[in-house]
Parts: sequence; C-alpha cells; structure tokens
Amino acid sequence: MTAVDDAPLSAAGNPIGFGSMKRVEDQRFVRGQGNYVDDVNLPGMLHSAILRSPYAHARITSIDTSAAEALPGVRAVITGKTLEGIARPSLLGDNFAWMPTLSYDTQAVLATDKVRFQGQEVAYVIADSRYIAKDALELIVVDYDPLEPVMDAKRALDPDAPIIRDDKGFTDNRVVDVHGQTSWESGNAESTAAAFARAEADPDCVVVTQEILYPRVHPAPMETCGSVAYLDKVTGQLTLYTTSQAPHAHRTVYAMVAGLPEQKIRVISPDIGGGFGNKVPVYPGYVLSIIGTIVTGKPVKWMEDRSENLMSTGFARDYHMTAKVAATKEGKILAVDVDVLADHGAFNGVAQPTNFPAGFFNIFSGSYDYPDAHCKVDPVYTNKAPGGVAYACSFRITEAAYVIERLVDCLAQELQMDPAELRLKNLLRPEQFPYMSPTGWEYDSGEYEKTMRVAMEIAGYDELRREQAEKRARGEYMGIGISFFTEGVGAGPRRTMDILGLGMADGIELRIHPTGKGVLRLSVQSQGQGHETTFAQIVSHELGIPPEDIEVVHGDTDQTPFGLGTYGSRSTPVSGAAASVVARKIRDKARLIAAAALECSPDDLEWELGRWYVKGDKERGKTIQEIALLSHGSLELPEGVEGHLDATAVYNPPNLTYPYGCYICVVDVDPGTGQVKIRRFIAVDDCGTRINPMIVEGQVHGGLADGVGMALMELIAFDTDGNNLGGSFMDYLLPTAIECPDWELGETVTPSPHHPIGAKGVGESATVGSPAAVVNAVIDAISPFGVRHADMPLTPANVWRAIQGRNVRTDMAVE
Amino acid sequence: MQTPAPVDYVRATSVENAISLLEQHGEDARLLAGGHSLLPMMKLRLARPEILVDLQGLSELRGIKVDGGDLVIGAMTTHAEILDSPILSEHYAIFREAEKVIADPVVRNKGTMGGSMCQADPSEDLSAVGAALKGTVVIQGSGGKRTVEIRNFHEGPYETKVKDGEILTEVRFPIRPGAGSAYEKVERRVGDWPVCSAGAYVVVSGGTVTDCGIGLTAVGASHFCAPDAEAYLIGKPPTEANLAEAARLAAESCDPTSDQRGPADYKKHLAQELTLRALRRAAAASQGA
Ligand SMILES: Cc1cc2nc3c(=O)[nH]c(=O)nc-3n(C[C@H](O)[C@H](O)[C@H](O)COP(=O)(O)OP(=O)(O)OC[C@H]3O[C@@H](n4cnc5c(N)ncnc54)[C@H](O)[C@@H]3O)c2cc1C
Repeated sequence: MTAVDDAPLSAAGNPIGFGSMKRVEDQRFVRGQGNYVDDVNLPGMLHSAILRSPYAHARITSIDTSAAEALPGVRAVITGKTLEGIARPSLLGDNFAWMPTLSYDTQAVLATDKVRFQGQEVAYVIADSRYIAKDALELIVVDYDPLEPVMDAKRALDPDAPIIRDDKGFTDNRVVDVHGQTSWESGNAESTAAAFARAEADPDCVVVTQEILYPRVHPAPMETCGSVAYLDKVTGQLTLYTTSQAPHAHRTVYAMVAGLPEQKIRVISPDIGGGFGNKVPVYPGYVLSIIGTIVTGKPVKWMEDRSENLMSTGFARDYHMTAKVAATKEGKILAVDVDVLADHGAFNGVAQPTNFPAGFFNIFSGSYDYPDAHCKVDPVYTNKAPGGVAYACSFRITEAAYVIERLVDCLAQELQMDPAELRLKNLLRPEQFPYMSPTGWEYDSGEYEKTMRVAMEIAGYDELRREQAEKRARGEYMGIGISFFTEGVGAGPRRTMDILGLGMADGIELRIHPTGKGVLRLSVQSQGQGHETTFAQIVSHELGIPPEDIEVVHGDTDQTPFGLGTYGSRSTPVSGAAASVVARKIRDKARLIAAAALECSPDDLEWELGRWYVKGDKERGKTIQEIALLSHGSLELPEGVEGHLDATAVYNPPNLTYPYGCYICVVDVDPGTGQVKIRRFIAVDDCGTRINPMIVEGQVHGGLADGVGMALMELIAFDTDGNNLGGSFMDYLLPTAIECPDWELGETVTPSPHHPIGAKGVGESATVGSPAAVVNAVIDAISPFGVRHADMPLTPANVWRAIQGRNVRTDMAVE
Repeated sequence: MQTPAPVDYVRATSVENAISLLEQHGEDARLLAGGHSLLPMMKLRLARPEILVDLQGLSELRGIKVDGGDLVIGAMTTHAEILDSPILSEHYAIFREAEKVIADPVVRNKGTMGGSMCQADPSEDLSAVGAALKGTVVIQGSGGKRTVEIRNFHEGPYETKVKDGEILTEVRFPIRPGAGSAYEKVERRVGDWPVCSAGAYVVVSGGTVTDCGIGLTAVGASHFCAPDAEAYLIGKPPTEANLAEAARLAAESCDPTSDQRGPADYKKHLAQELTLRALRRAAAASQGA
C-alpha cells in the first residue's frame, strides 16, 4: 500500500496516485455551471405536474378532468383510468397503472382504486409550462371517500385495523416478501434465549431492556427528483434524463415496466444534487414523464417541488425496536436480542438486496465480542409514503449501529460503569479478524481498540469526565457520548446479493489513447462523492498517469458498462476495485508491449510508477505513455497480443468491506429550556486506504451534519388524520453550520485484505455512527435527572419532557 | 419549484400612489414589502392576491431615527438594518438581541419592520419586542394618518388594525433613560420561528422597579404582552423572588397551543423561564447602566 503522502506530484501539482487534491467537478459546481436535470431543456419540451392526494387513506369515487383539459396550454390530463387503458406488453402486469417496486411489491403509478398515503400520485397534467400545469391541477375535481388511516405501525397489526393493501387481496397489514415471508429473523434464537435465561438466573449478571425508536426521516437532497423523457418516434429511442443514483438498474426497470426494448432506452443522469438513497427508487413521476412523451410525442419534463419530495419520495428508518442485552456485572456482554416493528409505508418500496429484506440490519451485534445474537423484524404497511432504507444508511446499518450503541450506554448506566470502559472491555480484538459475527457477517479487518484510543486521546476523555464532574457539582449539565460502529458496505458478492435479480457486480472500461491519456467509464453515479476525481486517482495510482490525464465518464447508460449504481457506500468497494483491476489489466498488457519494444522477455521487466524497465538496467524502459503510442503504432506485437491499450472488467466483490470508527460527542444541555449545544465532536474513522483524504474528510463532515440533524431535529411525523407534518423545510429541519461544531477528525488505516487497494467505503460512515454519539451525549448530560433513554429527535421540547420523566412518542403529532 | 397562482405586479412610486393603487384594486390587492411571509404563502397558494403593490422603492418608508422622545423605524426598514443600528442599540439592547435570532441573514436582508407587524403571525418576534416596549404604529390612508398602540394593534392571528386601502408607515418607541432590556428565544434550530420568545425592559431607580414592559410571542399571550406581571413588579425591588413571581404571572397569562415545536405545557414553562431570564438581564442592565 502506497502511503498517501508519498505520491509524486504531476505537472499540474496533483498527486500521481493517492493523496489530497481538489475535486475536479468543483470547478463547475462552484461556478454555478453544473448541469442538473432541471437544466436540461430540449426543443419543443413540455412540462408536467402531478396532482397528489390530500388524504392518507381514501377511496376515489370519481375524477373529473374536464375543466383542466379545457385550460389553454394543457396538452393532456392522465389519470389511473387512462393508464389502465394503456396495454403493456410485459410480464409485470398488463397495464401501466401499477409498477413494480425494488422489493417485488407493486406501487400505483396513479391511484385507481384508493389513495394510500398523503401525497400519493392521483393525476398527471402535461402543459406548455410548469405554471399552466400547476394551475390545471387546481381544476381537477376528485371525489374521495375517506377511510380510517393507519398512521402508527403498532396499530397496523390490530385485528380491526383497516386493510391497506386490499388491491393484493391481503387480509392484514403484514408485508410479504418475495419468498412469502412476513417476518425476518437472523442469528440464533435458541442459543440467544438460553443465554438470556442463564443471565436472568445468575445474580452476577444483568439484563437490560430498552424500547428504542428510530423515527422516520427523509434524505432531503438539495435537488429534488425529476426527469426529462423523450421518445423519438423515428428511431424508437427513449432518452431519459433523470435524477438517478443507479442509471443502469433504472434502464432495466424501465424496460420491464414500459415493455420497451432495453437497447432502445438510454438513461442519462447528469449532475445529481445529492441523493443519500433518495434517488435509488423508480418513482411514479419518472414513469409518468415517459408516458407523457409517449402520449404527446414531445419531450416532457417533470420536476417535483420540495414538498412533493419530502412527502412522497423514499423516506428512511421508521424502525420501532425493542432491544435487550445480557451481561455480567463486570461488564462482559453475553447476548443481544432485538425485536423490530418496521414501518414500510403503503407500498414495500424498500431498496435493498433481495435476500436482505431488512437490509443489513442484522449486523446489529456491532463491534463487540459475544457469541449470541438474534433479531426479528416484522414489516408492516401503514398509510405513509413508501420507500425506506434510503438516507445514507448502508442498508439499515444506521438503525443497527444506533440500537446497539444506545443499548450499550443503557447497560453502562445500569452497571454504573464508564461507557468507554464498557466498550473497551467488549471490543473485538485484532487477532479475531477475519471475524464471523453471530448473525453471519465476516468482518474483514479491524483494530478497534487502537481507533477508540485515538478518539479518546483527541477528546481528552479523562479530562472531559473530570470537567463534567465539576460542572455537575455546580448544577451544569454537560454530557459525553461515545459511539463505536462497524459497517458492512460494498454490496456485494453476486452469489448472495442482487436487486430485482440484478447481481451487484460492477462493470468498468478503461481506454488509454495513443498519447497516453485515458478515459475511464464507470457504472456508478456520483451525487457529490467526487468520483471524477477519486476514480482518476485510482487509475493514476495503478498506472502512473497523472490524474488530470484521466477523464472519468459516468451517468450515461449508452457510454458506460452495466453496474448497479451508487448507494450503500458501494462505489469505492465495488467500482473502485473494478477501476484498480482494469488498470492492472492495462499494466499487464503494457508489459507485453514494452517487452516487445525492448526486445526482452516480459519476465525481465519490473514496474515502477508509470514505467516498465529492464531488471538490473533501470535506464532501459518504456513509460506508460510511450507504451500507449507503441500499442497503437506499427510495432510488431507478440502472438496473441492485440493492439491498442484498452481493457474492461467486471468486479464481483468476494465480501463486503467493514469500515468502522469511534465518535465522541460533547454537549451542554440547558435543563431550563431543554436546548442542546454540541460543543465538540471527535470522529476517528478507519476506512482502510484513503484514496483522497480530503474527499474522505468531506464525506465525513457531511455525514456528521446529517447525524446531528437526525439526533436533534429531523423528523417526518404524522398526525392521526394522516397529515404529514414534515412537508416543507420550515417543518423538516435540516441542521445548519450553526448547529455543527468544528469537527475534530482523526484516522487509523486498517486496509481491507480483500480489496485490491485496501479501501473501504466511507460515504455513510458518519451518518451511521454519529446519531448514537449525539444521543448518548445528551442522555449522559441529563442522566442525573434519572433519564436512561429518550427518542430522537432531541428537540428542546423532547429533552425537557425527558427531564420531566415523560418519554413520549416522538414520531406522532405533539400533544 | 413551487408556483404561485397568476398575479399582477405594480411598483408604487410614493406612499400616496400606493394608497390609491390599494383603493383602486380593493380586496384583490396586497402590499409587498420584503415578501418573506407573503411570497411563501403565495407559492403554497394559501394567499392568492391578484395584484401586488410593491413598496420596495419607497425610500421615505425606510430608515431609523430619533424624533423627539421617540425612536422611529420606517416600515420598510429591514431586519438587518435594525440589527445593525447603533441608535437602537444605544437605547435598547432588545432590538439587537431579538434580531440576531429572527430567521437567517437571507430573510433579514429582505424582511421588514412593517411586514413583520402586518403579517401579525402569532409567532412574530418583532411583535413581542414592540409589545414589550409599548410602541405605537402609524397607519396612513387616503383620509390621513392615525396612531395605534402596538398593544392594541392585533385583532387576532394574521389580523391587524390596518384596513383595506391603508399602509403602516412607521413604528415608534418611547426612549426611556436608564432602561435595561433583553430578549430570550428558544428555537429548534437557528432560523426557525420561536417555540417561545420573551422580551422585557426594566427601569430600576432607587432600588425599585419604576417602569417595565414584558412581551411574549408564540405562546398565545393576548396582544403579546403580560400586564399583570408588569403591574406586580412596579414599585418592588428587582429581587430574584420578585422577578420569579412576575415571570410566573406572565406565564399564567399565556395560552399556548401544542404543535411540532412543543407541547403547550412546555411552552408555558418556557414563557416563565424566558421571562425570568429576560427580566434578570434587563434589571441588571438597568442597574449596571
Ligand atoms: C425562513 C423564514 C424564517 C423566519 N423566521 C422568523 C422568526 O424567527 N421570527 C420572526 O419574527 N419572523 C420570522 N420570519 C418572518 C420574517 O420576519 C418576515 O420577513 C416578516 O414576517 C414579514 O416581513 P416582510 O417584509 O417580508 O413582509 P411581506 O411578506 O412582504 O408582507 C407580509 C404581510 O404584511 C403586509 N404588509 C407589508 N408591509 C406592509 C405595510 N407597510 N403596511 C401594511 N401592510 C404591509 C403584506 O401585504 C403581507 O400581507 C421568517 C421568515 C422566513 C421566510
């Protein structure tokens, strides 16, 4: 592994290989010259808008579109009835009114029978301008017959609860997965139950149980979702500009949904203004824009507004968890059991590998060494927006990390033991790796205690505890919270991981031009991760070509090989590995060409960054640029060696990578008002090799801000009538710079043993790890009031109520 | 992108011109000041005026000055100008303290004194400041000008004494030598509307409170003020016990409702806690000054 600071500099001052360099893409972003979907304007393009349901649960008795159709400038008004009338030559149903979700459920494109959540798509207007389209929405008259909405997952399983998915003939509100299962279990139920029974009977052991809610939140990317669709009737080619984190997977889904030939579909994701998982699913709006272009023969743009984004697109979390831990009184953890009631909303639109219906939640056993763990997840339908998993969560590892890290703190409080000490007693030890977790995950590498000690060192942990004791004596409430998390990212091995049957291996293609400059074509899709920079650096590291000489192409299915896209921190673990592998193929081929040119055997050649040379005669060699020209020239090539310097690869990861970290948060709480001030936040991440440390830090900064948001303010709550109470940025609060302290970052580097460059994904580490640190700190601050737990978001009101001893359901309307 | 319903726009050339435009269009017209309350409502189509009469160009409505014994703030003076005003800070810390926590710099650069008063949102911070300081507003119509006390200005949520065809032109606050003042706000996040805010001025003379004013917002205090608490304090020394009792009385007069910012009992608690904190600092400032 090349140490980051060792990379030589290119003529442009960039590291040839790994090291911090400014992001190539920022040149256009900071100048306002990015090109987002809403910047795409095609000749003759029409605009569109979606009429959405004001009710969470209601039968549609009639829809009258005549007045809207009569408005000048309106080209078409489409309802569920219209879609039922469009035959679809596909296996997934015979008309367009319903579409498949990424979890083998069906979702209404436009409601036909009922509306099932507030904000659901009911009618679609295509018009000459966005304004006219919106004006027309007001002229559509829909008669609703309101039904009782199911707004609480706990109500969903009541025998008398209204049935939400009567369209599927269901008789209760349980989600059924593709395998016909309605409950998802993991770990060893029997040995875990036995461990708890032993602990209950043993006076030297304790069992701590805690109900923990991870409330519904929303990824809320700056750019909302949208698309521009154009079906060229002459060529039969459908071009879709769209806000997609997974352009190739979307193309295949459209081929299935629309019954269009896949070779005629081109999906282009231009610059994407943030995704966080929100842009993984296929939304009715995208499909409607396709229908719009089919119906009108013109390009059609659909772009949702902020409220539509918050109310109808992929939410995250909504996990109601009951967790218990058994431990000895000395603080050795023996077993953990978690029961989850999972709110999936009205359609099961969760985006995750098929065999993992609860995502990777079952990695909840965390970073600790104990033999017995078990979880059971019961998914239910409610009258809330569909989606799930999204929001930088590594397929629900956020929920997993949160529950175990909160539980460990509850245990520490019960044992009256310092939470750092308790963690140090239980962390996995370096010699245990690769480590097989009790729920079946093989952690690849880690030196957990070392990382934790670095964090404690930066924090000045002992000094902080002393300060806390002094302050408490004065009646001031300061808290220190720790979170130690392990993620499994980089889905994934195709043997076990697919989405809608599409295996999660990534293709890649690298061409080196005659002048030694290259073009790398990726299947993954940046939404702010800086792929154009990092991937060029990977090639640069492998071939010694300056990063500025590598053009990274992504986001266009016609120009890039197939792959499943960017989410779950998979780009570096999967496509990053692919980039390294494809560059090594080029390097190997370059060796053969160099040998031909130098008239020696390839075995006589040795590689140094950017150059093959003859062993023992360093002067005799060929640079990669010289080899590139030779490969395209007239040099006589050996048997079996084709000309040119191109290669492709498909990378099938042997395992996930397991980044981890230790976060420490310091807060001050004003018990008179319940206000929380985050004073310090220390984040020590181990994501293996750091390709571009500056980008890694940027990813961590953003994720920490996300974590602060979720811990303190972000929430999609509903009232009992079914109203979404987080439908604007006045209601759905995102943190600002003011709420964020100066992040204090540290690192340890434990490379992944199975990744070609030892890198692990880092895109979600901070979002996964930080909420627990913040909450643990707040609870630590107010523990003198007898508080052991309070649910997020810890708004001033919720903190005050916790201090009063009144824990409340934070996900419902405040009463 | 959120899109308002169709609307016309005209820029007023003078106060008189604005008034005549209002009269001409009647109920269909709406004055546009900073637009930071009106435009969001229009984009959500909760408000749909047919014509906007923009006051932006009227420099005569803008500015801060001393006029006799009064501080005068023109209706079109922005939050940012109030925040930065040395004249206001010299007399009352409450302006700066309140403005620091109203919205964010973008909103403060546009939002105005007049717009805040006339929006009459039950959570408006400047209403609490105005009520605490017992200010007055000047309202102008084709029939001339009239003056209304801020404590008598609000008719209810989003309703004021400004009638169709009238404009609020300025807000006046009596200068009180020796007064200390302070503002306290709890918000869920910077830039958010208050969960509760409380502001106060106190004049301590010869060891007793000779004059004071308490303003509260977002907690259902009638006319944003707490007269019983004020009456209680007058003539008493500003001891912790007396201030606490006044704060208790202030909270008593509030009638908050529960919403996503917090439950009613919490808001009532805040009314007491924040009034006490504001009174403490105002009394200390008066004595220190
Ligand atoms: C994100 C955000 C956060 C905010 N946070 C806060 C906060 O924390 N605390 C707070 O107090 N406020 C807050 N506000 C409101 C802000 O202070 C507004 O600017 C203010 O309420 C309205 O001022 P304006 O000049 O923008 O008025 P406009 O929106 O232009 O007008 C508001 C209303 O007043 C009428 N009007 C305006 N001027 C006059 C006049 N001279 N005579 C008669 N009628 C008039 C208009 O016709 C309209 O009905 C926030 C606003 C936003 C957008």
